[in-house]
Amino acid sequence: MSNSATNHTMQIDLFKEQILQAAKTNTHLSIEGGGTKSWYGNKNNFTKLSTRQYAGILEYQPEELVITACAGTPLKEIEAALAAKNQMLPFEPPHFGDTATFGGAIGAGLAGPARISAGNLRDFVLGARIMDGKGQDLSFGGKVMKNVAGYDISRLLPGSLGTLSLLLEASVKVLPRPEAMTTLRCHTTQANALKVLNEWAGQPLSLTASAWIGESSVDSVGELTFRLSGAVAAVEAATNLMSALVNAKTLEPHEAEVFWANLREQKMSFFETLQENEGLYRLALPAACGPLNIGQMHKDIVLEWHGQQRWLKGPGDAATFKALKEIATAHGGHATCFRLGTAVDPSLQRFTLLSEQAHSKGLELVQSRLRAAFDPAGVFATNRLS
Amino acid sequence: MIHMNMVTPPPDLAAITALQSKLVAALRPILPEHALLWEPEDTIPYECDGLAAYRRMPLAVALPETEEHVSEILKICFAMQIPVVPRGSGTGLSGGAMPIAQGLVLSLAKLKKILSIDPFTRTAVVQPGVRNLAISEAVAHLGLYYAPDPSSQIACSIGGNVNENSGGVHCLKYGLTLHNVLKVRAVLMNGEVVEFGSLAPDAPGLDLLAVLIGSEGMLAVVTEVTVKLVAKPKLARVIMASFDDIEKGGNAVAAIIAAGIIPAGLEMMDKATTRAVEEFVHAGYDLEAEAILLCESDGTPEEVAEEIARMTAVLEQSGASGIQVSNSESERLKFWSGRKNAFPAAGRIAADYYCMDGTIPRRHIATLLKRIQVMEKKYGLGCLNVFHAGDGNMHPLILFNGADQDEWHRAEDFGTEILEACVELGGTITGEHGVGIEKINSMCVQFGEGEREAFWGVKSAFDPQKLLNPDKAIPTLSRCAEYGRMRISGGKLPHPELERF
Repeated sequence: MSNSATNHTMQIDLFKEQILQAAKTNTHLSIEGGGTKSWYGNKNNFTKLSTRQYAGILEYQPEELVITACAGTPLKEIEAALAAKNQMLPFEPPHFGDTATFGGAIGAGLAGPARISAGNLRDFVLGARIMDGKGQDLSFGGKVMKNVAGYDISRLLPGSLGTLSLLLEASVKVLPRPEAMTTLRCHTTQANALKVLNEWAGQPLSLTASAWIGESSVDSVGELTFRLSGAVAAVEAATNLMSALVNAKTLEPHEAEVFWANLREQKMSFFETLQENEGLYRLALPAACGPLNIGQMHKDIVLEWHGQQRWLKGPGDAATFKALKEIATAHGGHATCFRLGTAVDPSLQRFTLLSEQAHSKGLELVQSRLRAAFDPAGVFATNRLS
Repeated sequence: MIHMNMVTPPPDLAAITALQSKLVAALRPILPEHALLWEPEDTIPYECDGLAAYRRMPLAVALPETEEHVSEILKICFAMQIPVVPRGSGTGLSGGAMPIAQGLVLSLAKLKKILSIDPFTRTAVVQPGVRNLAISEAVAHLGLYYAPDPSSQIACSIGGNVNENSGGVHCLKYGLTLHNVLKVRAVLMNGEVVEFGSLAPDAPGLDLLAVLIGSEGMLAVVTEVTVKLVAKPKLARVIMASFDDIEKGGNAVAAIIAAGIIPAGLEMMDKATTRAVEEFVHAGYDLEAEAILLCESDGTPEEVAEEIARMTAVLEQSGASGIQVSNSESERLKFWSGRKNAFPAAGRIAADYYCMDGTIPRRHIATLLKRIQVMEKKYGLGCLNVFHAGDGNMHPLILFNGADQDEWHRAEDFGTEILEACVELGGTITGEHGVGIEKINSMCVQFGEGEREAFWGVKSAFDPQKLLNPDKAIPTLSRCAEYGRMRISGGKLPHPELERF
């Protein structure tokens, strides 16, 4: 056995010990990778279970379009290995810090600008090795694109924020980097941006990402930035067509790269100027949802994913969040209290609950039974997601 | 196809009749007369699905016409503790809709309305009994279509697709059902109506939609599906490449992917298949080729031209002995006609065929094909290989004569050995057809006890009484123990070296 394999076996034993001990003493464990997203989800001050030591790429064969890696592997390392073979993680996960890990990205389940075209993180998860709350080492799914043997348990992990099981390893589908990429920018109202983006998305154009940044008032003109990627000829043709339609200008490649990276990592001034008493709220909405002008919120807003992901700032309190949850639910979506200013009460609940939406109430019991099946002693019951 | 005697003990006839009367009496008040069948001559069409070798008569068949009907039926069965087997169009190839002797078959065939189509948001809301192809036909005038295209798409229903996570020829580029369904309304076994997923990019809580899709009718009964529609490509062209060696063909598949190309379709046929289909469709296939690859490109004309040129270069470097590119839509369809007609062609050259569905990493395609050649000799049966090479999803068609019991048993053992080889090569026993009743023993090979226990945990979370299609997909502990005893020889497990991932 190689050194790293021996270390891995030892590490698995340590995880098991820690989980069984927690089960015995009725304590909860909060799973953490690089700690770059520890602020995400409900407050939890429980004992940490760190995945950092369980790191390394286990298998990567570019012609299989699959990478298998340990949870503690730095996300940077994964992306560098893929880039060396001209491939990428199609969902462009945000890092939110230098030490972000593969497991953390999956646990958070977040996707970047390409989500609207490529799909969500969970769409790309093919298999997972996990340790459940009983310390059992289990593998689900696999390393192939098509696999319908057994329930798709590996896809329950993305976005579960470590509340179901400990993710040990995952296999994720990857894709070639697009041959060509062009970013265009124009100025238009929010309503017009939503209209053209959705119209374009219904045509065989190579639109892969969009962002509208401006003020929420109805007739306010903001900045619409959108990205075309794919085959060289296709991007050229779409660029000519679309730039004429909305009078758009092409961004320099470097400027474009910085723009999308800053958007994904929330390093734009909109995000960085969050006041100490404010919350950054995320609305996830259906494509049909038009502009929303919500009175008590800050006038600046950011729309991504053709308007299906919207960022708002406003008072960091339960009443504001409740109002936003109701608005999002009424439009067929949901709201998240994504980040909090430093002076906001950290115990504020961050997510819309199944019980808060009439059509999904019945699933709350299913979800709690599911958690009990994987984790009868509640080792991972940090309530970070609920 | 053949009739096979199941190895279950014969149920007590009087008890069955009594239970049937009770069930029919309970369901009659809530359903229109024509929506409830129990006379054998009416229920016989429901005794099997597309896997006709496995048959069983149900107590009764209910054909609800509304979601309220579905909910009422489930409440009654829940109260009476009667198992329920949901059924779509009955085209499934793994026996997932095979009835349970003391159970009800719940056919969703009458829920077949397209409820709404929204070109702006690129979505359609449909009832579960709507045929897969009917969706694409209904939105074609908008320049849109529903991407997953299983070969049964003329007949199979979207509700069945959701339950099987169906794929098709184009899923390498456009994804499976999972990637193309946004929201599902369904009824839990206790009769409660719930919604999974959302029209928004994500939904609160754990991603239960991901578990529902592909759950083979065991978690909830689907009553409404919101599908994603995508823009119809302006153009599609296909390259037909011949190889004088299977290995070269298999390597060409990997080389295309490694070159950074995701073709719209990437399919392979072996020589036996090519010969069988050529006789049937006269597409002008190269009959001397050991393997034929079909590589499709779709998109704008510029995109297609670029991709066809890149793929042609890779195929030439991979040693293709002949390359033809379709120059018109009719030529494209001609090139595809053999692939699309492989099953009927198999039906012409043998009395019966048994279709397998394992998936393996692409790099092992040639390895598996060579092993299958050895197995053909071992079992004394022929096999056609036609498959989704781009996904590594193999569909060996084992040829046999069902009138001969011995041939059927050899065909079954042949199939089982192929599936075990797929697991050994790092793949899976089923890529898109589902486990159903057919591959339930092979689940004991692919998964360990802990994983199977976890599957039962998921099942119980949705359906604690285990009433919804309970004898499918997930084997019980005792079933695997029994299967293990059958397979152990000389005190050794078959393939103890297997990584059960």
